[in-house]
Amino acid sequence: MSGCKISQTRRDVLKTVAGTAALLAPGVFLVAAPAPSKARPEDSMAQPSVRWGLLIDTNRCDQECTACVTACKDEMRLPSHGRPASDPQYIRKVELAEPKTGFTRSLPVMCQHCTNPPCADVCPTGASFKRADGIVLVDRHICIGCRYCMMACPYKARSFAHEAQTGQAPHNPRGKGCVEACTLCVHRVDAGVVPACVEACHAKGRGAMLFGDLMNPEHAITQVVAQYPTSQIRADLKTDPGIRYHGI
Amino acid sequence: MANLPDLVYQEINSKRPCFRAAVVILGLIFLIGLGAAYYMEHSGHWVTGMSNEVVWGMPHVFAVFLIVAASGALNVASIGSVFGKSVYKPLAPLSALLALALLAGGLAVLVLDLGRPDRLIVAMSHFNFKSIFAANIILYTGFFGIVLVYLWFMMDRRLKSKSSGPGTFAFIWRLVLTTGTGSIFGFLVAREAYSSAVMAPLFIAMSLSFGTALFILVMLAAYTMDRRPLGVVITERLRVLLAVFVAATAYLALLQHVTAAYWAGRVEVVDFLLFGSGFYSFHFWGVQMGIGTFFPLMLTLVPRMRSHGTLAFASFLVVIGGLAQVFIIIIGGQAWPLTLFPGYEVESSFFDGVVHGYSPSLPEILLGLGGFALALLIVALGTAILRFLPVSLADAEIDPHARKHQAETKDEEEAEPAPAA
Amino acid sequence: MRLWAALLLALTLIGSAAPSFAGPPELPKASGEKCLAEPAAMRRTHMTMLLHRRDATMHQGVRATANGLKACLDCHAVSGTDGQPVGIDSDKHFCRVCHDYAAVSVDCFECHNPRPEPKRVQAAMPETTPSEETVPAQDTKPEGPQ
Repeated sequence: MSGCKISQTRRDVLKTVAGTAALLAPGVFLVAAPAPSKARPEDSMAQPSVRWGLLIDTNRCDQECTACVTACKDEMRLPSHGRPASDPQYIRKVELAEPKTGFTRSLPVMCQHCTNPPCADVCPTGASFKRADGIVLVDRHICIGCRYCMMACPYKARSFAHEAQTGQAPHNPRGKGCVEACTLCVHRVDAGVVPACVEACHAKGRGAMLFGDLMNPEHAITQVVAQYPTSQIRADLKTDPGIRYHGI
Repeated sequence: MANLPDLVYQEINSKRPCFRAAVVILGLIFLIGLGAAYYMEHSGHWVTGMSNEVVWGMPHVFAVFLIVAASGALNVASIGSVFGKSVYKPLAPLSALLALALLAGGLAVLVLDLGRPDRLIVAMSHFNFKSIFAANIILYTGFFGIVLVYLWFMMDRRLKSKSSGPGTFAFIWRLVLTTGTGSIFGFLVAREAYSSAVMAPLFIAMSLSFGTALFILVMLAAYTMDRRPLGVVITERLRVLLAVFVAATAYLALLQHVTAAYWAGRVEVVDFLLFGSGFYSFHFWGVQMGIGTFFPLMLTLVPRMRSHGTLAFASFLVVIGGLAQVFIIIIGGQAWPLTLFPGYEVESSFFDGVVHGYSPSLPEILLGLGGFALALLIVALGTAILRFLPVSLADAEIDPHARKHQAETKDEEEAEPAPAA
Repeated sequence: MRLWAALLLALTLIGSAAPSFAGPPELPKASGEKCLAEPAAMRRTHMTMLLHRRDATMHQGVRATANGLKACLDCHAVSGTDGQPVGIDSDKHFCRVCHDYAAVSVDCFECHNPRPEPKRVQAAMPETTPSEETVPAQDTKPEGPQ
């Protein structure tokens, strides 16, 4: 452990972590550890002054590695029924290949947590919504299962629970007939813990994911995004995702 | 019309065996549809052909077809009330009833396919006004209310003369309604096969075409089964209307694809739907354009083929072609993968970059047919309980010219006995 | 016809009256020290409390855990013969005991797990700064991107 003590002020903690991204070579940056945040007090609301985001360095993402996918399935307790077309996937690894040059990349794609989420626009009941801090969620209490959000999502990020469920994780209640997707591990984020995929990427993968508040200048993600070129998937649609990629 | 007496309207004779048989059969199909819906909801949607890739399936094909046709079925009433073509007025009540019934059938299918149909009340109590879907919920419920008021005005002797007001309102409402239904697809920016402003006018043309076809079928069935006289004045006009609407639909359908094909990023999806994979292109050229457009146009426009029988057959083909068209729009549009990374070939465990497969399951189709049955059941029971249909639609009853013409011929016959005698 | 109606009515009355002879059900004993409110108040308002908290947590991100469904399960869960908490398919589940009696269906467990989470996992939730729990590799020197 570093000098991170409870007695330290929040500022100190963040400073420590903000420094964990260091440039190795042009276009390649090392993210030694995920940027944590402070747990929000239990009785406080999510604030619009925060914009949670992820930065994925595709230069570091290993084609063979699926640590983030496995971690997500474990964390959210997503079962597999052996029916790939209807089994839920909150995060998936996509392999890119440019036909002309042979350039390849491997990267995870999950809910992009858009600033202007098309899913929330089309949802008839308001079950798809964006939280004040930018996390896009499905309120499965009022989801009627019409799947219009799945039609509208440009990222194919959502799944539909095609069968009755048992043994759900307490932090990821999910049931037959509702739409679901990556929550950016909102239950962990609210408790001040980074998403499961990010943790796994650092523990088992090559540390290609960086999590943090894109509006907090002290967070590593904000500093890296300010200095190095990053891109968003389908930026032309102006959904302004909170997930950013480096290296594509 | 002053020289024509008021037409006599009467309930359909519900004691005829053919009527009873029809009601029983429709009831059974409806119950089977309900059973299919229960099976799908109880097991979960994995028992259907729908998946995370093709999220809307056969129920949506049937539901959209019925909802679109509902708006078009009101057309006959609109022509009478709004455009003052009095020859259509006797059929206006049936037109409104059919519109209500088709909408009820379509919505029933749509609702029974929801992941949580038990939460219908949530859809009625939580509105996200940014959603075109929520707007449609209001448009559909409003349509019910407005058409009911319109029906009341038409069927109440004291209000009959004032029915053009509600009629005009219903006409405008249904145009907006079909625009809304088309926009469900037209507003999906990320789906290359959909996102287009042509969707709204295309859906309006589709509604006129499918609605008129179903109206013709229901009218012919009712008059044949109840052995009521039916002349050719009304059916001749409907024949021309149908031809115009079918041609307009085909034109806009082609326009939809041509517009998309002009766009560099969308050539591939047009190629896929129209020329690529055997399945969708077969349905487009064979069923939608061939069976649903070319043959009906031939049957309606070639003078030698004019009869109630060919008109019924042409209408039936329009319905088949229409279902194929909605199938290509809904399923074909989803089968084409989303482009997340333009310029790259992609591959993943979640079917990125591959054409999505879909094979409709039996329960889905049964649910859709159940919606059809529900709509027709409502029409059957409605016409048997209330006076929706004129006792006779013989030419002399509805057309002053026909009456005059007939009278003249009669006079001539009386004045000059046949010379051959 | 009238006979049939009378018979039907009688059957309905017998059917609906039967449980009332048995009196209101006894709630299984809970493990906690004290509930959020008196039993009478809980009986009447637990659904309002849950609903309010549900929306506050879901939409605003307020995570006060004391009055949530998870807290209910932690104290009230009933164990079956195998010593494990029973699911909602068992009529011994504390929600069902009352809800069956009142003939009100519970929709919560279509999505929520009807069993409490084993304590072990809860203990793993960090009480302090999360970085201690989740960031094992904090040995890099604090240093801004160059």
